[in-house]
Amino acid sequence: MQDTSSVTSRWFASPKLTICVVIVAMLVAVVGAKNLYFRGDYKVFFEPDNPQRLAFEEMQNIFNKSENVAFMVVPDDDNVFKPSTLSLVVELTETAWQLPLSTRVESIANFQYTYAEDDDLIVEDLITTGSLSNPEITDIKDVLDNTPELTGRLVSYPGDVLVVNTTIQLPDGDQTKEVIEITTVATALKQQLEEKYPGHTIYLTGMVVMNDAFAVAAQQDASTLIPLMFFLIIVMIGVIVRSVLAALATLLVVIVSIATSIGVSGWLGMFLSTATVNAPTMITTLAVADCIHIIVGVQYFLGRGLTNENAISESLRINTKPIIITSVTTAIGFLMLNFSAVPVLSDLGNMTAFGVMLACVLSLWLLPALLLLKPLKVKATKSNKVFDRLGNKVTSNYRALLPICALVIVGVSVFATNNELNDVAVKYFDDRSTFGQAVEINEEKLGGMSNIDFVIYSDTPYGATEPEFLARVELLTTWLREKEEVHHVLSFADTLKRLNKNMHGDEDAYYRLPEDGELASQYVLLYEMSLPFGLDLSNQLDIDKSAMRIIAVIDNLGSRDLTALESDAKAYFKSLGSDNRLEAASPPLMFAHIGDRNMESMVVGSLYALVLISVLILFALRSWRLGLVSLFTNLLPAAIGFGVWGVISGQINMALSVVISMTMGIIVDDTVHFLSKYQSARLTRKSVKESVLYAFNTVGMALTTTTIVLTVGFGVLASSSFMLNAHMGILTIIIIVAALAVDLIFLPALLMWLDKDETPLPEKNSEIH
Amino acid sequence: MRYISLVLLASFISISAFNGVAAEPSAKGLEIAQERKARDRGWNNSEAKILMVLRNAQGQEATRKLNVKSMELTDDGDKALTVFQSPRDVKGTAFLSFSHVFDADEQWIFLPALKRVKRIASKNKSGPFVGSEFAFEDMTSFEVEKFSYSYVGDETINGEACFVLEQIPQYDYSGYTLQKVWIDKSHYRVHKVQFYDKKGALLKVLELKDYELYKEKYWRPIRSEMTNVQTRKSTSLITESLIFDTDLSESDFDKNSLKRAR
Repeated sequence: MQDTSSVTSRWFASPKLTICVVIVAMLVAVVGAKNLYFRGDYKVFFEPDNPQRLAFEEMQNIFNKSENVAFMVVPDDDNVFKPSTLSLVVELTETAWQLPLSTRVESIANFQYTYAEDDDLIVEDLITTGSLSNPEITDIKDVLDNTPELTGRLVSYPGDVLVVNTTIQLPDGDQTKEVIEITTVATALKQQLEEKYPGHTIYLTGMVVMNDAFAVAAQQDASTLIPLMFFLIIVMIGVIVRSVLAALATLLVVIVSIATSIGVSGWLGMFLSTATVNAPTMITTLAVADCIHIIVGVQYFLGRGLTNENAISESLRINTKPIIITSVTTAIGFLMLNFSAVPVLSDLGNMTAFGVMLACVLSLWLLPALLLLKPLKVKATKSNKVFDRLGNKVTSNYRALLPICALVIVGVSVFATNNELNDVAVKYFDDRSTFGQAVEINEEKLGGMSNIDFVIYSDTPYGATEPEFLARVELLTTWLREKEEVHHVLSFADTLKRLNKNMHGDEDAYYRLPEDGELASQYVLLYEMSLPFGLDLSNQLDIDKSAMRIIAVIDNLGSRDLTALESDAKAYFKSLGSDNRLEAASPPLMFAHIGDRNMESMVVGSLYALVLISVLILFALRSWRLGLVSLFTNLLPAAIGFGVWGVISGQINMALSVVISMTMGIIVDDTVHFLSKYQSARLTRKSVKESVLYAFNTVGMALTTTTIVLTVGFGVLASSSFMLNAHMGILTIIIIVAALAVDLIFLPALLMWLDKDETPLPEKNSEIH
Repeated sequence: MRYISLVLLASFISISAFNGVAAEPSAKGLEIAQERKARDRGWNNSEAKILMVLRNAQGQEATRKLNVKSMELTDDGDKALTVFQSPRDVKGTAFLSFSHVFDADEQWIFLPALKRVKRIASKNKSGPFVGSEFAFEDMTSFEVEKFSYSYVGDETINGEACFVLEQIPQYDYSGYTLQKVWIDKSHYRVHKVQFYDKKGALLKVLELKDYELYKEKYWRPIRSEMTNVQTRKSTSLITESLIFDTDLSESDFDKNSLKRAR
């Protein structure tokens, strides 16, 4: 383009004005950020019409909510049957009512123990502070041994842990404020009781505490690791290109891109969540890549003796097209996240697509304006020689390299099949987080804290007290209890058996379900009449006694095992020949299902996006051959990355499915820049080998710089105690390094093999750049 | 008379006598509570047919029909005999309770399917009455000694000028830390009650509507609506019929009468 410099001079007549305009525009956008709020709750991952969410919410509306804070009381001597531990639990059972929004507190202390005495039915708290002499403690132990409603849930089987479970009624919508407040009160209560009863440790678990841990982890990383990551990225840029100005200019482009994107999403009424907090990182990767291309280009031309302004114009001339192609295709790729089943991922995609395009515009407009202020230092051309040497090696040995590369790539990629979707939300935290520690102790002492709530709907009033219905409840309860992964089943069948026994003078022979529906109904009425505040039956029986909920507490299973248990249970229930409806739901089950669908839509969606991007590259470069080549270089890094992950871990969680999107920009950037430089050389009738060498010489430095800078940056994220972030950091590094290797070794070898010198390029078009 | 002088006193020297005024609300509150009880004395006994409608957060409803026979006791809580008419599964189940001011209530239940009367020994004043949003303590008779009082101001509700009282349960095993009660000035009828739970958060709101006058002296609400603001569940009690001075006697309220109760 002959008029490049006039365009440059027109655009950059006043660099300072440009900078001012950009900053004012950013500030206007940033005001929108005041509308932003952060939602740390897990519901943001589910569309309102998600079937598992609907089943869960129906259940929560009919029965009491099961969101909870659980206090795990662990005595140092592994024995809970002593006055101090039991007093602690009595006191905790009383004070746990102080948790905001608590609607129910349950422990072995306020368990409504029923027994017969002459013609009386006695209903009382199992433990009161007045009843802690040795023989009484022995009695308590006996009761627990015969009460399946408690063991495995509120007391561990060996008697080394007690649990006080508080049900919390969270408001609809954003719950982050309440969740943090509740956890704060719970933590204060825990500390106060630990001080008062030495020799005990209290751990906090439960859905509310997990939501809090989510919010805290995301915010902690956002306030410490992520700033550190940005800092390191900028420092690395400064060190590698040896220019403070270049580093600060990049920083400004990154900051304006992120701040404006966040501001605009605020204006659009979006909210931040554990997923959308990734948008700044994703935008950063491409903004950094864009800037480095321009900066390295400017240095290259300065090194050839051009004036600062001409060097900037030249760098823009060779980089504008690939930067635009990369940005547009990547933005389209991110927009494809709108097809994801997870609503916050659509937000993430839209925010990032916007940010990527903004970074593109800024790197072509703001960055040159900044660079005009002061010429960059010229870097020794020595480093480019490294890439010349590498290029020579690759082009001369491509016949040997190609099969070796192919073999290595296939060999590594095969391990991708080792990966297994395993989304266990409670395991997102390592032992540096207090919640992570609690999860570990819980697993060790109680076996796990996942649950599935089963509801059997009879759809007729008092249908749940019919003998056939109860018989099936008992069968399902027994079936569940025989499963190794199930530690506890709360089933009203047990309560009815106990009442039947109590009403028959505590004769063991009557520890069985009543044979007559009316009697069962009347037992329910009797029991209902005798329960104190907060311990009613609404967590197990619905309002017209037509449905019953059975709660199974299970191992922290991965998605697949959890959904397998669900479908096995449903199949078993169906085999009982009942026309009653059985529904299963719980937050872990929602995550298990969403994990499957999310993985599908994210991974498959991202792969489609990469294929689509290759097609777009095909059109942009107007070459079938290069389009086809780009298909390889776009898809292989992900294949290699997941192959390596299959070897080192094999566990895929929600965050990892985002990684392909996270790295998409860099993968595409590497491909597009290499291919477009190669093509422009080919169009000047250079040979394949010369063209490859030209590409090495012009982009090798920029691509490597970007990769090193981002590797250091994501290395910080990889050190997070929040597994979602840590794993994302590690896998991102693997993939961007793989992308660089593919583009600097496999791609040139492939071009040498595919592209033949004697064929003149069919797409010959001298106006292409 | 004393009431008028109190208002005068308060309005004339509201600033200087700040401490004095702060001490007065409990006295005035107690006075209002005493008047409320005084106006309701002497109703003797009654027999009511009541429809209970339970609603959950989803809006599903379930109904129960109850016959409630009540007998006034002058020196203790009242006696009540509740017989379930529907749903079919619990028809004929009879529940007898002697409410006491401070001690645990005494309760007996007759289960027709078991053909036996059982005494229930529990301290469940705070517990829900047959799965409704009404607790036992909300259903038993109002006795002045059950609470300490504090008059907190005046407000108009449903066009009725009301006293607003805060009352704190003085009996054990209550589920509440505080109740806020709106009592109209014309007849000392309760129009609204807010119940606060153990952490001091609003738990339930009771609204009493469609008051009717019986025996030319006693006002009874035809509808009582209890809404749990935390769980969004609610219960309505609708009086379908109410008669006073039936031929009930003490002997209709003992555990032997349960089996023949209808």
